[in-house]
Amino acid sequence: MENGRKNSRRDFIRKGTRISLLITLGAVGGIASKHLTQEKYVWQIDPFKCTQCGRCATSCVMTPSAVKCLHAFDLCGYCDLCGGYLKPDSNKRSTAAENQLCPTAAIQRKYIEEPYFEYVINEDLCIGCAKCVKGCTSFGNGSLHLQINHKRCLNCNECSIARLCPSDAIARVKASTPYKVKGSFTKDNNG
Amino acid sequence: MNKWIRISLIFTLLLYSLAGMSQKQRFPKPEFGTGYHQPTPVTPEPRALALEYTDVFVLLIVLSLASWIAIRRRSRKEMLWLSVFTLIYFGFYRDGCICAIGSIQNVALTIFEPGYAISITTLLFFLLPLGFTLYFGRTFCAGACPLGAIQDLLIVKPLSIPEWLRKTLGLLPYLYLTLAVLFAATGTDFIICRYDPFVGIFRMDAAFHMVVLGIAFLLMGMFVARPYCRFLCPYGVILNWMSRFSKWHLAITPAACIQCRLCSDSCPFDAIDFPTGEKEAKKRVWGVNRFLVYLLLIPAWILIGGFAGSKAHTWISKANSKVYLAELLITKPEVRNDEKNLDVQAFLSSGKSMEILVNEAKEIRRKFYLGSWIAGGFMGLVIGMTLLNQVIFRRKEDYQPNKGNCYSCARCISYCPVRN
Repeated sequence: MENGRKNSRRDFIRKGTRISLLITLGAVGGIASKHLTQEKYVWQIDPFKCTQCGRCATSCVMTPSAVKCLHAFDLCGYCDLCGGYLKPDSNKRSTAAENQLCPTAAIQRKYIEEPYFEYVINEDLCIGCAKCVKGCTSFGNGSLHLQINHKRCLNCNECSIARLCPSDAIARVKASTPYKVKGSFTKDNNG
Repeated sequence: MNKWIRISLIFTLLLYSLAGMSQKQRFPKPEFGTGYHQPTPVTPEPRALALEYTDVFVLLIVLSLASWIAIRRRSRKEMLWLSVFTLIYFGFYRDGCICAIGSIQNVALTIFEPGYAISITTLLFFLLPLGFTLYFGRTFCAGACPLGAIQDLLIVKPLSIPEWLRKTLGLLPYLYLTLAVLFAATGTDFIICRYDPFVGIFRMDAAFHMVVLGIAFLLMGMFVARPYCRFLCPYGVILNWMSRFSKWHLAITPAACIQCRLCSDSCPFDAIDFPTGEKEAKKRVWGVNRFLVYLLLIPAWILIGGFAGSKAHTWISKANSKVYLAELLITKPEVRNDEKNLDVQAFLSSGKSMEILVNEAKEIRRKFYLGSWIAGGFMGLVIGMTLLNQVIFRRKEDYQPNKGNCYSCARCISYCPVRN
């Protein structure tokens, strides 16, 4: 008899605690759901904030990095003397390896017509080191810029590059507009 | 007169075109004569939102199955296969992200930083396992957690760990949870994700030190079963609270315990409570005074913890990159000339004034001061409660799973000779 009463008292306490824990859970969920979003968010680089520090190549959890160079052809001048393709001290405007700025030769230079050349990024080779971006931004139109490739990006809970980016250029963007391609994305028009 | 108009027209046109040039490009795009077709840049779409909802659905199914297996089916074999599925789906296929453990940080950030919007998926990943645990025990740990699954499958020869060591190491998850919430709430870092030892194994790709850590944990796990779950997992802390008051829970025996002791060695996690011996029952009288002393000591523990936390806040806040940068620029102004310091150079070229940075850093540090008081006080409370628990006497009649620590892996069930 006494044992039974003891048990029912314990059950009562347990039930009460369970209900209060459930209410706490509900409250946490309620507070959090005030800022709830139905939209999916992904990480992306703002090319106008990017300072081409080179950390994208080394800080990503993926090897090679999910950050790739993207070529906005609309902005390209199709120059023969390309600041993104050739080393500044290159002795010849050619496809010779010693003249190329890209450490993995991921930029393909193709002759179009006199005196224009097309530059296409081979994304399988690109490591996102931003060397070409720096060259193109300093000496050219800035048509080469870094973007996170969503085929490779794992969409980590916290982007390990964003944590280390010195210019806070990486932020979450809506998955419906997952890229900030220069040209359609401008400095003043954020989105 | 006509001439002047013409000249001024040309001049305005020239000025206009110059202004236009500066707004556009250094080298305008050429007009091709040879019918050149311009390629479009490759921009693959991210993973569809519908697939994220599928993940939540799979989690719901797996949690339901795990609870059903632990409580109704009572089968270790089925639980094993379920954990294999979890390891493959949430681990290797989903690359271990997002997981319930990491979602703590998203919830903390969204509560303390209104600018951060949490996705429904993440919130459900946080709430669903806790809700299930409140009713069925920690079946999430047994069947639905990829981190638990990978450790569980690699247990070879589990050693029993003495209670004092278990209790002491058991404080680590509380510390980890406190720090993770503190860092997430201040928008500093997501340490749970960053130091997740197994995510590198799921992705087959990680920094060298994380690979070493992951393999070390797995090797250790062969002898110290589930080391991460028991002595680090911050989500386990919350699951433990929930599970203690769960409505139903896995039972070792389907009927009355016959005290045959066959199950006593079956648990690799030392999560089976043994019946109280007669000798211990007699010692009970001694406990009352100690209980009162330990109870009165709890406020002291909270104060000590909070004070220690507040003292450490300057040091802890350096984990925040803004605070670190501001402090570096003030204490070592010569770094401004250091070309190799990317953070300093990026800050200098951004055109942001030092004053704004310092104010931001001060604001973050203020948050850290408050947060460290609370975090320290909480740790003090945890230490006080752990000590208090040592002197609370609970009479146990049978061999029972410890509801807080039991992962509902169902190993013990097959050791029980009682059949209905």
